[in-house]
Amino acid sequence: MDNSKISHHISEQFNKELEDVRNKVLAMGGLVEQQLELAIEALITGNVEQAEFVIGQDSQIDMLEVAIELECTQILALRQPTAFDLRLLLAVIKIVHELERIGNKAKRIAEMAVKLSSHTNSMPKHDMDRMVELVKAMLDNALDAFARMSIEEIPSITERDQKVDREYENIVRLLITHMMEDPRNITRFLDVLTTVRALERVGDHARYICEHLVFMIKGENVRHLSQEQLIEKINTPR
Amino acid sequence: MTQQIRSHSIDMSSVLRGKDAAQAPSETCIKVENLNLFYGEKQALHGINMEMQKKKVTAYIGPSGCGKSTLLRCINRMNDLVDSAKIEGKILLDGENIYDKSVNVAALRRRVGMVFQKPNPFPKSIFENVAYGLRIQGVNDKNILEETVENALRGAALWDEMKDRLNDNALGMSGGQQQRLVIARAIAIEPEVLLLDEPASALDPISTLKIEELINELKEKYTIVIVTHNMQQAARVSDYTAFMYMGELIEIGTTSELFTNPSKKQTEDYITGRYG
Repeated sequence: MDNSKISHHISEQFNKELEDVRNKVLAMGGLVEQQLELAIEALITGNVEQAEFVIGQDSQIDMLEVAIELECTQILALRQPTAFDLRLLLAVIKIVHELERIGNKAKRIAEMAVKLSSHTNSMPKHDMDRMVELVKAMLDNALDAFARMSIEEIPSITERDQKVDREYENIVRLLITHMMEDPRNITRFLDVLTTVRALERVGDHARYICEHLVFMIKGENVRHLSQEQLIEKINTPR
Repeated sequence: MTQQIRSHSIDMSSVLRGKDAAQAPSETCIKVENLNLFYGEKQALHGINMEMQKKKVTAYIGPSGCGKSTLLRCINRMNDLVDSAKIEGKILLDGENIYDKSVNVAALRRRVGMVFQKPNPFPKSIFENVAYGLRIQGVNDKNILEETVENALRGAALWDEMKDRLNDNALGMSGGQQQRLVIARAIAIEPEVLLLDEPASALDPISTLKIEELINELKEKYTIVIVTHNMQQAARVSDYTAFMYMGELIEIGTTSELFTNPSKKQTEDYITGRYG
């Protein structure tokens, strides 16, 4: 892992504070990833106990978000950081917010897992597999890019968000077909739709994390841009 | 209905412009061209090229000995007073080279006022300190003097505090008041440019904020160049910031850009407090 972007301050204490923030974000990211993994697994296997464990753990993510945000606020007030240090803290405040949202989506998936537990056969599992893999990889790679403080991989991560969106649309079409064929199960299919929607949103939040990383490392704001514009911004030397 | 919607719509372009409206293009006031300065054998400034905009604040930052005070002192030819100093290159003030042989240095310094780190009031009354510049220009009309002193003290945000003490000795004022008095003395003769060399480094935080507030007001009328060790101060008061290192100008840009996303690594290392 490359720490050189954070370290080398004349104030050793400042290095430690930034390092601490970074470690907490990585810990939070790890927890969020685990929550998502467990929630999806519970959904597929119909394991209610595991789903309830995920729901119970969500408050930890909330606490981490608040704690990291507070730590950033204190550093901003006491150190008056500039340039990369400033962008790092601003980006972290936003990234932990995205992570908290992803945590919420995991919780939502776990809640649906409880509701749908007696109907696991109604899950369009095979159709969701691809989306699940894409979304998990997006989050994993985004956190990895944060850990390495590198934006090289960002375009390939954000590109997958478009694939996730297409998968989402396919599944929605599929669900509509099921609902039309079997209106008695509409309630259940709506729960499935909620689940798939939550997954799709995880992809969006992973993309936002990537955008915050580009701001942090390059100082360029790439939000609300198309994939092509994003790649161009990343590749344009300053 | 459409009309109702329209009346609620906001002109976003004006909202978005915000503070950057102050960054609208302006005229060049001072232009430094290929400036080299030597103290004896030692070269203190290396090929400096930069422009400073009219009625804007430009801050010089950099570590001790990087040449920022030396460069500032070139702008009103204070370095002429240093025997060993030798200068090459040009500094254009409103397009005229101030190092031209025909330039009257005393007249130049009337156009380019200077305030130093340590306030240096004369051991005279507050009134006479501010009136000094006019008196040596031969102005003795009591009404003109009184009016000018009042305006200058108001301009330096001192009038309300000092209007009943104009005949007190200036040396009895606090450090922060003395520094504002010196600024009042500098602006009494209505210069175009104000050079401030660490104007707040010897002052307490409240006096420092008053000076910064004053700088903000003064830039309505004057072009200001400030040297400061305090980067946050540079960030707060200036429109443009120049980072200097070892006698070279590394980077100059708008203050907001330089402090959030500098283009040179040396600048980044300095403003984030890293060793290179």
